[in-house]
Amino acid sequence: MSDQNLKRVIIEPVTRVEGHGKVSILLDQDNKVKQARLHIVEFRGFERFIQGRPYWEVPVLVQRLCGICPVSHHLAAAKAMDWIVGGENLTPTAEKMRRLMHYGQTFQSHALHFFHLCSPDLLFGFDADPSIRNVIGVARKYPDLAVQGVMMRKYGQEIIKATAGKKIHGTGAIPGGVNKNLSIEERDVFLKDIDQMLEWGRGALKIARDYTIENLDKVKDFGSFESNHAGLVRKDGCLDLYDGYLRAVDSQGNRILDDMDPQKYTEFIQEGVKSWTYMKFPFLKSIGPEDGWYRVGPLSRINVCDFIDTPEAEAARKEFKAITDDKPNHITMAYHWTRMIEVLHSIEKINELLHDTDLQGTDLVVKGQRREEAASILEAPRGSLFHHYKVDENDQVVMANLIVSTTNNNEPMNRAVTKVAEDYLSGQAEITEGLLNHIEVAIRAYDPCLSCATHAMGKMPLIVSLFDHEGQLLDKKVKE
Amino acid sequence: MSEKTITFTIDGVEVKGAPGQTILDAADAAGIYIPRLCHFKGLNPHGSCRVCTVIVNGRPQAACTQPIAEGTTVENDTEDIKKHRSNIVDMMFVEGNHFCMFCEKSGNCELQALAYRLGICAPKYPFQFPDCTLDASHPDIFIDRNRCILCGRCVQASKDLDGKCVFEFVGRGAEKKIAVNAEAKLSDTNVDVTDRAVNICPVGAILKKREGFKIPIGERMYDAQPIGSDIESDTKSIK
Repeated sequence: MSDQNLKRVIIEPVTRVEGHGKVSILLDQDNKVKQARLHIVEFRGFERFIQGRPYWEVPVLVQRLCGICPVSHHLAAAKAMDWIVGGENLTPTAEKMRRLMHYGQTFQSHALHFFHLCSPDLLFGFDADPSIRNVIGVARKYPDLAVQGVMMRKYGQEIIKATAGKKIHGTGAIPGGVNKNLSIEERDVFLKDIDQMLEWGRGALKIARDYTIENLDKVKDFGSFESNHAGLVRKDGCLDLYDGYLRAVDSQGNRILDDMDPQKYTEFIQEGVKSWTYMKFPFLKSIGPEDGWYRVGPLSRINVCDFIDTPEAEAARKEFKAITDDKPNHITMAYHWTRMIEVLHSIEKINELLHDTDLQGTDLVVKGQRREEAASILEAPRGSLFHHYKVDENDQVVMANLIVSTTNNNEPMNRAVTKVAEDYLSGQAEITEGLLNHIEVAIRAYDPCLSCATHAMGKMPLIVSLFDHEGQLLDKKVKE
Repeated sequence: MSEKTITFTIDGVEVKGAPGQTILDAADAAGIYIPRLCHFKGLNPHGSCRVCTVIVNGRPQAACTQPIAEGTTVENDTEDIKKHRSNIVDMMFVEGNHFCMFCEKSGNCELQALAYRLGICAPKYPFQFPDCTLDASHPDIFIDRNRCILCGRCVQASKDLDGKCVFEFVGRGAEKKIAVNAEAKLSDTNVDVTDRAVNICPVGAILKKREGFKIPIGERMYDAQPIGSDIESDTKSIK
């Protein structure tokens, strides 16, 4: 059947995610799904326009990609530039300040996603009235939860400010170190509220865990599929969000990659290109483009690591892994549960760091043998983030390659969209907004940052158009 | 023999100065801030940026070059003049490529600080997006012409303070650019990182390499107080 005989359903833009994207679904005359795709409709061009810029500017420049987790890009670029200046062995103060910054941002980013972006679906149902199924609806019906989300996010943002200088787009990490330590006064402000944050972190984890277990029958197949998983681990196999080695496992948990040095990532990872999207499709070279794609993010990180080095998050990890007998968990909706395990891990780590006097040290920067090429991998809230740069003898960037977390999840998100479209839309006489939201729920589970950029929430209308097989517009619904 | 004192007013306030002193220098001594960009203490004033324009007895004059005169009336902090200065600063922004968000001079930049003081949130003129070149050839110094406001401080400092003539303007009008005294690159000149010319740029056009972002946000020159606060004896007078 040619495309002309298919109906096209468009979801544009996809809401309650970061950035702008759209979903297109092709239906045949019996409303069976023939094809479903997630398209990224923006083009950024950062890799090109940082060429020529001095390398020390890059950690500050490149974080402008994103308004929600700029710290990820800031730190990933800084880690690469550490290698450029030969300062990859940071002082304890520098490394711990950066880690504090990173745990602060993971805490706030995960809290934002859970409480404000995805909780309306979990609390009200996937096909609830959209006028209620939103953050305002949550604030009305569950005011305590909404406030927790705001306060947890604020706490994380304040940590970013104390370590980077600003809540968004700071300058704390510089090649070979950091530009400030944490004063006793700054530390004490955070210690005052740490017990409350730990308590709320436990509460958020319980909500996500209980939701998944209570709805296991519904969510276990929702947008789910077997896949490879990838994430950073420490040399001893411990979950590490800031630094480590890349590990990838197959759907049964067998290791495909282990101890992969980030400096050699091009030996293991390749990026494919498709004509219908600006996002690339990374895959594991050893397996190839067809089957070498993998998932990243909280679910994958919990799947690949051997343990977590904070007690409460480790207990939660064990409980999570017990469901699948320690094999990888492939439930797309389990991203929420694992994300909240990481929220608890992050706040436990913050607590640990705040009691560490190294944060008040004054030895902030190191440097050594200058290099002309370096790469880094960091676990951003949404998954593994790759930065790769070449710098010439004049200190100018001549090449940059960024594989952002959401790019790694490109193929999985498309699979999730297709799976949900086939399971829920296929054969339906009428395509309702509630049905289409099922597609968005699957995308939201990945917490994608589609453009790695900010957007104004509430100012993006949801437009759903239904065309007949001759391409005639049958119906159009607009939600302002 | 006692030196003659000249008395005049700035915005109605009586100010005294010595013969030959400029309005700007007399105002500084009296704790009155007149905004400026090209002017720098120790260099000969040349009145090129026009940001320090004041109204002297009803006529616009550059305060950095105009000598004080007995009994004159100078208007400085009026709405009309602030608007005029704001327009000039605004034009400087759109004539270059000033991306404060990733400029290492941010927080220490006189152009940015002046824009904040003048209440400029975003330029109102269309961006020109000029095609500018960088010169990173020198091991310790970096030139980013995207940010040059053609104030001429480096030209003058190199000539008058360093005795070198490393920098010079080329071209005219919209084509005017800062150039170096060599066939091609800064590395071909006799410039040194300790030269006054390298340390006098009000914006992020001439920078010392590998220094960027070492000062944390909150400790930069204009993080706590607006530009000109050091001159004003009473910061409450800032409007």
